[in-house]
Amino acid sequence: MVHEAVSPSPRFLEPKDLSLLQQVLGHHANDSTKLLQILREVQEHLGFIPNAAVSFIAEALDIPRNRIESVASFYSFLHLRSQGTYRVLFSDNITDRMLGSQTLMERMCQQLWLQPGKVSEDGLLSIGTTSCTGMCDQGPAMLVNERAITKLTHQRIQEIGQLIRNRTPLNDWPADFFYVEDNIHRAGLILGNTMAYGEALQAGLTLGGAAIVDVVKRSGLRGRGGAGYPTGLKWEACRNAKGNQHYVVCNADEGEPGTFKDRVLLTRQADLVFEGMTLCALAVGAKQGFLYLRGEYRYLLDHLKGVLQRRRESNLLGVDILGQSGFDFDIEIHLGAGAYICGEESALIESLEGERGVPRNRPPFPVTQGYLQQPTALDNVETFCQAALAIHMGADKYSAIGTSKSTGSKLISVSGDCPRPGIYEYPFGVSVQEILNDCGAVNTRAVQISGPSGICIGEHEFGRKLGFEDLPTAGAFMVFDDSRDMFEVARNFVHFFAHESCGFCTPCRVGTSMLKQTMDKIAAGQGTHYDLAEVENLDHVLQTTSHCGLGRTACNPVLHTLKHFRPAYESRLKSLSFKPAFDLDGALARARQMTGRDDAGAHLKENE
Amino acid sequence: MTEKKKLRIATTSLAGCFGCHMSILDIDERLFPLLELVEFDRSPLTDIKHCGPCDIGLVEGGICNAENVHVLREFRKNCKVLIAIGACAINGGLPAQRNHLDLSSCLTEVYLTEPGLVHGHIPNDPELPLPLDKVHPLHEVVKIDYFIPGCPPSADAIWKFLTDLIAGKTPELGHGLIKYD
Amino acid sequence: MSDTFQLDGQPVVFESGQTVMQAALAAGHYIPHLCYHPEFKPHGSCKLCTVKVNGRTAASCTMPAEAGLEVESDSEELNALRRTLVQMLFADGNHFCPSCEKSGNCILQALGYDLEVHSAGFRHQFPDRPLDASHPDILLDFNRCILCELCVNASAEVDGKHVFALAGRGNSKHLIVNAESGLLKDTDIALTDKAMSVCPVGVIIKKGVGFSTPIGERRYDQRPISEQALDDAPRLPSGEAHD
Repeated sequence: MVHEAVSPSPRFLEPKDLSLLQQVLGHHANDSTKLLQILREVQEHLGFIPNAAVSFIAEALDIPRNRIESVASFYSFLHLRSQGTYRVLFSDNITDRMLGSQTLMERMCQQLWLQPGKVSEDGLLSIGTTSCTGMCDQGPAMLVNERAITKLTHQRIQEIGQLIRNRTPLNDWPADFFYVEDNIHRAGLILGNTMAYGEALQAGLTLGGAAIVDVVKRSGLRGRGGAGYPTGLKWEACRNAKGNQHYVVCNADEGEPGTFKDRVLLTRQADLVFEGMTLCALAVGAKQGFLYLRGEYRYLLDHLKGVLQRRRESNLLGVDILGQSGFDFDIEIHLGAGAYICGEESALIESLEGERGVPRNRPPFPVTQGYLQQPTALDNVETFCQAALAIHMGADKYSAIGTSKSTGSKLISVSGDCPRPGIYEYPFGVSVQEILNDCGAVNTRAVQISGPSGICIGEHEFGRKLGFEDLPTAGAFMVFDDSRDMFEVARNFVHFFAHESCGFCTPCRVGTSMLKQTMDKIAAGQGTHYDLAEVENLDHVLQTTSHCGLGRTACNPVLHTLKHFRPAYESRLKSLSFKPAFDLDGALARARQMTGRDDAGAHLKENE
Repeated sequence: MTEKKKLRIATTSLAGCFGCHMSILDIDERLFPLLELVEFDRSPLTDIKHCGPCDIGLVEGGICNAENVHVLREFRKNCKVLIAIGACAINGGLPAQRNHLDLSSCLTEVYLTEPGLVHGHIPNDPELPLPLDKVHPLHEVVKIDYFIPGCPPSADAIWKFLTDLIAGKTPELGHGLIKYD
Repeated sequence: MSDTFQLDGQPVVFESGQTVMQAALAAGHYIPHLCYHPEFKPHGSCKLCTVKVNGRTAASCTMPAEAGLEVESDSEELNALRRTLVQMLFADGNHFCPSCEKSGNCILQALGYDLEVHSAGFRHQFPDRPLDASHPDILLDFNRCILCELCVNASAEVDGKHVFALAGRGNSKHLIVNAESGLLKDTDIALTDKAMSVCPVGVIIKKGVGFSTPIGERRYDQRPISEQALDDAPRLPSGEAHD
């Protein structure tokens, strides 16, 4: 049977929309590498990207219109069809769920007579879920038109429902809805630093580019995004790489569920981040830098722009920085639009270039062929802060902190079952138990270190230490007490990976979604040992053949919980050796309804 | 030397077209040596209505209704080794091409709104098996041990597969015999 | 002396800039592959060509050849992985070979034959993917798409047209065309386009000529893909030494 393609949205561009498009395009000089930013800005004004706007932008940028659709459809927050005037997205991390987000969402759907994922008939709103919004310490959280709202309660949900019904503009909503706390419970090297703006930069200028690389190398600093690549080596390789331009990119696409340290760093230590980037620019010879900010942190944009502007005015950015002739550098902020995969460095660069965030084939690596195929030094927010401190303190002093292979401090984002969730900064080498003590966690059953792609450890391992020698971490620290069902934790993570798979390679595209189905089957009480065997098979294929880390780690939550909490799975398995892949009796429901039959023959038993 | 006990084989066609059974017959004169080794239980060849304990079950066709499920379960219960034979048994085949259609609208169109129908009604006799909302391959309903692909598999493929199996070898088809069409 | 690497214990001569796949095919060694096409830049998405290089798995189509590499390809472990990947693709789309015009000439199918894939094994997804039959001469059957992007690249790089692109993410990723209506009839595709001939499966179909070759005489009826693929790849003149 042949279906007609979905008819294009009937909306034509009104004169005011047209002039807005022209304004946005003009602001970006009709540069197609700014496509993602253009689409974001168009959507901020129009609520979505109408078909007519797609054609208009395609013509202005001189690119095929299907490239625009291709890019827009990659990002969760961009819409080619209207999703309502108010787009409500509940953060769906396990920590939000533990704080009752699912009930709140059901309540809100009931209140507004709406089904999740559907747009209301009057086009007023839609309610759905989104991956972790980085507010785990003050959840449950949601985004309304991409603005973060924290600490949801039944009362707050009701108030939001009322505001939406009354079509109150978002700017007129109570300011405390949007208040994001920093929740710093333990400050250290970074959060306790008392440097004046430009102090580290001045130290760097005295050293010069080559010496900066040397200091960072000798400091032992390793990347804070999780992989732990030595920062000095990266900067050195980038410095030595030939290219027309060198670039510095800061990865603030903090998408790993359970992580929110970059949110706090960008709020409290934005100068230190930019100072680190500027030092890096000095070291690698870059004139242009980018901060890639995840869409969920859109609310930080004005603050960050303000800091950049102040730094320009203080000659800490711009031309002849701090009077050093020829040292020119500036930083531009790019916003993401809801794609976890863009935290992967080469996917982030693709996204910076206005493309779909698909990880590149590596080699070549970004240090030689990164942004626009030019040498690019790309580091995590926290890494730039640490680098600035290391340069300011000197390599010896810095490397004395932490452990021999993990120097310096680490920011830990604590969430889950504990009375004091928030940010804790420790020297590397701190034990899991020490953090649990500090955050007040009791009866802890498990800790998920470094998010779903990290590892889940049980009680007997709480003596293990954070650091590259033992437990490497990007900073997430989710605590689960003995009331939690670790199977449901793993299932939440598996859903997350299936949702965030970019779909480039076969194993991840198909495998994560099959893994999700198998976990759902087990959750529905239909799982057998065959399904556990399939999970193990999928894991092997994902681990060995996936294109990037997402696919390679997507099975970790299942493997680790199976290892430590196997009974949580086994208690759900059927004793039978095989169960159908689908609900047999449910598959007859339609026919029963159509024939009006309900006799014994119109049903199928689970077993016979 | 005692005579080797014959293997007992049952065959059936579910949501299929009996094409695979025709292909079984296409092994022609090799049926005679085969009958030296096997005897047939439930099968269109014997007209036995219910399957008894068997060594091998060959099932053609996918699962499109409740009766298919009952028959398949009977085979699984009785056959030590269960083989899905042909495209429909393996991936739903031609009948599964209805899977993107809504069952209710199918029934409505066929029995109620099709031009030329007089006093149409959707049959609801308890004797008739109810259709499932989608057609499924066999391995989604019971554990399947082997698959012989093809639409239908050629007589040579079936012969090779069965003789391998009877000889105690893991069946392999190889180029020319393995076919999905 | 030429540079070589070892493939399953045999030396393979390569030129600088070649990938493991390119060098292997040129030297007459087959590594199973699906999205790799000798005329296009390697894509690396299907992962069928996964090999072990010095003990670590990598896609051989994008892996640069280097002197001294120990590459393992034809092992039971790797073929089992490839079998699973083929099974995933079969379960993920709607691949009904008996009613597909491409049957017998389809690379996915031929790989299934070569790897002795008897069944998809996994739960079939039966996705709902409506056809685009709007064009008078060309049919698009998205049910069979494996998202290899060869048509995307052929249209952009060879035809200079950008008829095709991929949209969506993850499991909802899909092929789209370049038209405001979303329909192929409103694009500038032509029967003579390179994009018409690169689809390894049966998505882009010329209307009116289906099933023209009798069963038994089709491409992979005659020879397995492991032999056919070597003929398709650019080969080095035999016996010639390389620096």
